[in-house]
Amino acid sequence: MAILLIAEHDNAALKSATLSTVTAATQIGGDIDLLIVGSGCSAVADSAASVPGIRKVLVADHAAYDHEIAENVAALIKEIAGEYSHILSPATTNGKNFMPRVAALLDVGQISEIISVESADTFQRPIYAGNAVATVQSLDDVKVITVRGTSFDPAATEGGSASVETLEQVSDTGLSRLVSEELAQSDRPELTTAKVIVAGGRGMGDKAHFEMLDTLADKLGAAVGATRAAVDAGFVANDYQIGQTGKVVAPELYIGVGLSGAIQHLAGMKDSKVIVAINKDEDAPIFQVADYGLVADLFDAVPELEKSL
Amino acid sequence: MKVLVTVKRVIDYNVKVRVKPDNTDVDLKNVKMAVNPFCEIAVEEAVRLKEAGKATEVVVVSMGAQNAQEQLRTALAMGADRAILVQSDEVLESLTVAKVLAKIVEEEQPGLVIMGKQSIDTDNNQTGQMLAALTGMSQGTFISGLEVSDNEAQVVREIDGGLQTLAVKLPAVLTVDLRLNEPRYASLPNIMKAKKKPLETKTPADYGVTVKAHTRLLKVEPPAERQAGIKVASVAELVEKLKNEAKVI
Ligand SMILES: Cc1cc2nc3c(=O)[nH]c(=O)nc-3n(C[C@H](O)[C@H](O)[C@H](O)COP(=O)(O)OP(=O)(O)OC[C@H]3O[C@@H](n4cnc5c(N)ncnc54)[C@H](O)[C@@H]3O)c2cc1C
Ligand SMILES: Cc1cc2nc3c(=O)[nH]c(=O)nc-3n(C[C@H](O)[C@H](O)[C@H](O)COP(=O)(O)OP(=O)(O)OC[C@H]3O[C@@H](n4cnc5c(N)ncnc54)[C@H](O)[C@@H]3O)c2cc1C
Repeated sequence: MAILLIAEHDNAALKSATLSTVTAATQIGGDIDLLIVGSGCSAVADSAASVPGIRKVLVADHAAYDHEIAENVAALIKEIAGEYSHILSPATTNGKNFMPRVAALLDVGQISEIISVESADTFQRPIYAGNAVATVQSLDDVKVITVRGTSFDPAATEGGSASVETLEQVSDTGLSRLVSEELAQSDRPELTTAKVIVAGGRGMGDKAHFEMLDTLADKLGAAVGATRAAVDAGFVANDYQIGQTGKVVAPELYIGVGLSGAIQHLAGMKDSKVIVAINKDEDAPIFQVADYGLVADLFDAVPELEKSL
Repeated sequence: MKVLVTVKRVIDYNVKVRVKPDNTDVDLKNVKMAVNPFCEIAVEEAVRLKEAGKATEVVVVSMGAQNAQEQLRTALAMGADRAILVQSDEVLESLTVAKVLAKIVEEEQPGLVIMGKQSIDTDNNQTGQMLAALTGMSQGTFISGLEVSDNEAQVVREIDGGLQTLAVKLPAVLTVDLRLNEPRYASLPNIMKAKKKPLETKTPADYGVTVKAHTRLLKVEPPAERQAGIKVASVAELVEKLKNEAKVI
């Protein structure tokens, strides 16, 4: 068995989601080759080579793969898929974009967003917004899988000595091109890897009041997240959204403020270790999953909490 | 330009699904079914393209049991022109759905296929990308903005780090995110009118596609329940608990 793992990276280093996917690959078993694809991504190879358990690092560095354009990346992966028994990628928006395309090109199904490895062909994945967990067995020769990062501990980054190989072939379909990108700039930790998260909902009232959470987050070294309602209302940008259709998070401490705890939101945060809820409605569903619930007006409680830290 | 839209019949998003006691599946008996919310947004976008004079016809497709007709009628009432039901009582995996859609694309030659980014039942997020692969079309996934010109579409994509704008060549497959638009409610006269709009029923075999299983569902279980927590009376008590009991700050 050999596994091809498509890395998520930022042209400088591997993202933590990749390291979690390495752990999932190790549980499946077999040789693991790591593909680094992008434009200007060669620098990632060295640090990737030192991840223990990797046999080979493959580098495809070309303008055609800039921003991991799905049509081109999928065409490349199809070409090198060869004898691999498994193709894995983190379930990031990149992986979700190109992996199903890879699966269809190989005429196989995809198992989306696994949360556990039962055996080399059997996996668990959440369905119905996390209200059920399905155990599914793949019947395909090649198993195309995306992996939920928060469900696997990140692999170590030192101690390995993989060889590095540069791929010369270029797959350029010419179907799509990047026009622009508006990326969030923040000094705070990333939501998906943060140890502490402060999340706000519609109850924050407006954009200016939402900023109260920034101050609280800074005190805690936390990332800031939000519900869909808060994003839709324009309090914060889309990359803050936690839930079934946003990001999945599992911090040590999650503090939910002025949010009700809709199932679609819970789908993205209920694996947090400790959940705190601040809501003025004592019947808010969030209290059913909260370890510590405080029934209070957030406009009193948040400033007081911030001061007492 | 013709626009093809897909709608999937799924459990209503307000219903909390329960797992069957024998752990074979979830229990969908007597639960309220609806159009997958993402597909509703896809239909709305297609109808808006027609209203703006950019699309000439909106064709809506669903695959599944006979009663998926209800969801097709909803789409027709929102403004789609005609519907195709590809009827099958078997489990239709994403790749099978994509293969049938690829045949429909071949027949209908749409300029755009607009789909939901994911179904809220199986949360797979894959059918659109698979269709794009099978037809060699470009793909714009998870979109929250769309601008259509002569031979390309500019799409704004919601990605992990923020927003990304791509220009994709037409014909293209687009999968929509929640913030693309707010779907309309069908008016009563439009619901009546929709009953007379054409709805054609086909089978996967009509398109030369055999329904194949790529996965076997072994077990469905409820997720691990969280232990019920406590209510604290004050901010001071909360801080004390977080420090000394949970030890997370
Ligand atoms: C297909 C689909 C996908 C979805 N995906 C997601 C998703 O990924 N993520 C997501 O979050 N949602 C998602 N949703 C939306 C979800 O169903 C809820 O609508 C949303 O999570 C509600 O956000 P909220 O809790 O901020 O708002 P509300 O439900 O309106 O809750 C606001 C809460 O704030 C409290 N409050 C108000 N004022 C105060 C105050 N002064 N002090 C203290 N408390 C106060 C209220 O008591 C209330 O409980 C999705 C919905 C659909 C249909
Ligand atoms: C409990 C359970 C677990 C399952 N687990 C798996 C699994 O792990 N892997 C697997 O491959 N299958 C699984 N299946 C089968 C599953 O039903 C199909 O894979 C699925 O219905 C196909 O669509 P999707 O949910 O993947 O679509 P997605 O890719 O999530 O949907 C994207 C969009 O595609 C369109 N679309 C999808 N299906 C249709 C349709 N039938 N008609 C019209 N439009 C459609 C819609 O616009 C939708 O918004 C499972 C089924 C059950 C009941």
